[in-house]
Amino acid sequence: MSVVTFDPEKDPANPPVGGGLSRRELIKSVIATGAVVSAGSLLGGCGSGPGETQTAVGGVERLISLNINGKVRRVDVVPHETLAMTLRYKLGLTGTKLGCDRGECGACTILIDDTPIYSCSTLTHSVRGRAVTTVEGLQAADGSLHPVQQAFVDELGPQCGFCTPGQIMTSVALLRANPNPTREDARQALAGNLCRCGAYDHYLNGVMRAAQEA
Amino acid sequence: MAYDLIGKDFTPPDVVAKVTGKAKYSEDFRVEGMAFCRIYSSPMPHANVKNIDASEALAMPGVLGILTADDLPPMPAPNRPILTNEPRYAGEPIYVIAAESEELCMDAMEKVRVDLEPLDFTVDPLQSLYPGGPNATNGGNVAGRGPEGAYVKETKWSARDFAAAGEGELPMGPAETEWAYGDLEAGFADSDYVLDDTFITQGLSHHCMEPRTALAYWQNGKCFVHASSQSQAFPVPFLAQYIGIEPQNLVFIAEYCGGGFGSKGTAYPEQALPAHMSKKINRPVMMRVTRVEEYNIGSARPGFQGRIKMGFRKDGRVMAVDLYIVQENGPDVGMNDYISAADALALVYTPENMRFRGIPVATNTPPRVPQRGPGQNQIACVVEPLLDKAAAELGVDRLDIRTINTPNNGTLYGPNKGKVTSAYLKESYEMGAEKFDWARKKSRSGQRDGTKVRGIGLGSAYHSAGYYGFDGLVMITPEGKLQIHTGVGNLGTYSHSSTSRVAAEVLKYDWDNCVIVRGDSRKHLPWNLAQFGSNTSYTMTRTNYVAAMDAVNKLKEIAATDLGGSPDDYDIGDHTVFATADPSKSMTYAQAAQRAIELGGKFSGQEAPEDLNPMTAGAVAGLAGQGLIGVAKDTLESDGTPPAFAAAFMEIELDLETGKYEILDYVGIADCGTVLHPAGLDHQIKGGAVDGIGLGGYERHVYDPQNGLPAATGFNASRVPTYLDVPSTMTTGAVGIADPMNPVGARGIGEPVQGCAAAALLSAISDAMGGHYFNRVPVMPDMIVNAVSGREQSHGPLQVNTF
Repeated sequence: MSVVTFDPEKDPANPPVGGGLSRRELIKSVIATGAVVSAGSLLGGCGSGPGETQTAVGGVERLISLNINGKVRRVDVVPHETLAMTLRYKLGLTGTKLGCDRGECGACTILIDDTPIYSCSTLTHSVRGRAVTTVEGLQAADGSLHPVQQAFVDELGPQCGFCTPGQIMTSVALLRANPNPTREDARQALAGNLCRCGAYDHYLNGVMRAAQEA
Repeated sequence: MAYDLIGKDFTPPDVVAKVTGKAKYSEDFRVEGMAFCRIYSSPMPHANVKNIDASEALAMPGVLGILTADDLPPMPAPNRPILTNEPRYAGEPIYVIAAESEELCMDAMEKVRVDLEPLDFTVDPLQSLYPGGPNATNGGNVAGRGPEGAYVKETKWSARDFAAAGEGELPMGPAETEWAYGDLEAGFADSDYVLDDTFITQGLSHHCMEPRTALAYWQNGKCFVHASSQSQAFPVPFLAQYIGIEPQNLVFIAEYCGGGFGSKGTAYPEQALPAHMSKKINRPVMMRVTRVEEYNIGSARPGFQGRIKMGFRKDGRVMAVDLYIVQENGPDVGMNDYISAADALALVYTPENMRFRGIPVATNTPPRVPQRGPGQNQIACVVEPLLDKAAAELGVDRLDIRTINTPNNGTLYGPNKGKVTSAYLKESYEMGAEKFDWARKKSRSGQRDGTKVRGIGLGSAYHSAGYYGFDGLVMITPEGKLQIHTGVGNLGTYSHSSTSRVAAEVLKYDWDNCVIVRGDSRKHLPWNLAQFGSNTSYTMTRTNYVAAMDAVNKLKEIAATDLGGSPDDYDIGDHTVFATADPSKSMTYAQAAQRAIELGGKFSGQEAPEDLNPMTAGAVAGLAGQGLIGVAKDTLESDGTPPAFAAAFMEIELDLETGKYEILDYVGIADCGTVLHPAGLDHQIKGGAVDGIGLGGYERHVYDPQNGLPAATGFNASRVPTYLDVPSTMTTGAVGIADPMNPVGARGIGEPVQGCAAAALLSAISDAMGGHYFNRVPVMPDMIVNAVSGREQSHGPLQVNTF
């Protein structure tokens, strides 16, 4: 699993707050003064807000062309916009899920060319000229399911289903790179996709069935 | 009994949507004119809000409004406040602000001045119980749910109580709850081996994959809420109360839910925030919840600081148990995990004599709500390794010390001599032992290969598994289809479908001609219990059974009316109702449904039984005139507690140098009566095992005692198990003996399948370490390395909320 954009300075356990204070520093100052001017992003995630045209942190929307599921889509994008937000809030492709919005869970996995990528940690501008595939782009023109999707149905892969699109995209990428994986190969490939229901065994059954039937 | 549908695999109707991305969770909906709101959460573990000045923020273009606690009605306990002026944990919502975009919300929040007065706080119940110790809330430090309802009060133990406990042992001051049966002293006197151990179980976060994002708007006096909810019908009256409307004015849409594990079982206060904001600004409002916010407001399992004294006869029989639990209960009344833990112990090990004492203590940590096996799974983690300790002392086989104590169909357990509907835990162990090859594998205990050593573990867990008294509703349409209306939610167990198939079974329907109607309160759904407490398989097979039986009776009445004779002269089959003596006298279900519409009255829902819940009565009224209605309240016999048991076996290879281990084999066996859906059960046993491995060996709930702030809010820092932490194949099975109190013999199973895996892992770790007992869960690799090398542990013996 590769991640296009990742800022190692952002320690998720101690996110920076407005004005450059760390959370720990802020609390210290709070305890010292007994009062606090709130900082909105204190406990917030790092995702950009949907539906914005211009923000206080700067950046103007630019109209760009993206290749999404084999079609050219024209979309206005701000510089700091993540691909997950563009897909979900501007292109209506809500099959890509946001579980953490910080590169931990893999629910937002999509393909850039043939590589599985966390779309929550990828800037939309960085994928211009690349082929983006989401779960909505897997079914054949006649509506039949992709072999991985079909295998996940046959093996009853999902439980709650929230991580499923990400699990499927990583599996599709694996089978493109390695059409005959061992179960251990699949386990390693999918290690960046969490499932809190613990459906790992069933998902691996799905990948192995898809490999057999493809 | 042979069934056409029950016990057979099928493709649940929601699976294709889940694999294509078409399944819509709450954040996937869009509404014209939708605005966003964001939560401002307390940066402190405990404070008083002195003032909120939002004037500058509200003057910003695009900022639409703010809601504070002062704008909302107070919620009497046990409800939690929706917003608060006394935040009692870091991350508790203080206000929400709405704007045209989320970024604008966040910009606006920087302009809101919140003046907070810091207050004393604690993340450790024992610190709070100590004389002069901090109270987690302004109301006191002991908060819980008693027989007379929720309570909050101040309790301090004496310094003498603390001094009376040995070094590193749990002090046991006056309890809040207490019960006993038998003669404890005589029980210990009759014992050949007595152990007395202090233990810790960490509270852990649920970490649902889908944050509890919600979208709300108002139309024509009704409030529409798209929610992340385990349950469909059950939360409606509770969420309506949080919003301040009548239940029939709430449209509740929860067709999909990205995981709940107990934390989304019924309505939760934050679910009402976008509805209140939408009312205030007269716009649809989406409230996205971030991962950190989900950690904070998504609740956690209560932790235990406890002490257990157990007496065993030389054959391993448990003669006496004396149990004391201090429950770490979060900032308010929490849940009764400690009471459930004692109840589970009394049933699973059937001690001859027992006393339980407990006290729930508030801490400035996230709210505590049920989490898979609330209480039962913690106590399984405590007791199962101690059984191994006793077995070693007494020279008894570790399987035998379990099976000699298991309950059976005649067991009367606990202080009230409660009955169970049926119990086959012993048979679960026996089936598991055979599949695992216990007799051979146990000899591998302690086998060394360089730095690696084998550990063989086993364990069990329990949860009650069903209720009664809810309603079922089906309709046969004039096209001949069977609509099965279900108020069961979509937790991911597929039990909305597996329980619905009972109605099809009773009516001898082809499954292809059945439609499950669910997921949206406008769809005329019956009053069903929430998807929690391992109950769905028991509770809603009963409701669907009684509704289908009502439909069968009406089919026969209609046939008798039109074709002559009495209803008893008729039978059903092949989508027709026919005279038993002369099958040529028949009418199709489609024809009967058309006749039901013409006859009206009870046949097509113009009249309904008076004992129905108002929600079901409303659903029947909404369907009236459209087909043959089968509807009834479940008044079937139910005598005793239907139990769910699970037993597990595990083999690990532990590296003594790193403290890490590979799980080589896992066998999980369920005692859940008749199996409704084999693939679904297999999924639950394996998924529960993954969850249990997290509970026993991986997950963290870390608070900085200096500042009261969380240090493990995300998936990574909390160590939620990944593919690489669990076996890639596991073996499952079920005893499969029908329960006599369920019309198809089914009971639930969702919760103990986690606890048994956690217990088996802890048992295996101790086995690999030659009988070292941590008396603490989870057991982390650093704890193992410290123990192996004789170093002191990094945590204090009674410390909670730590690594």
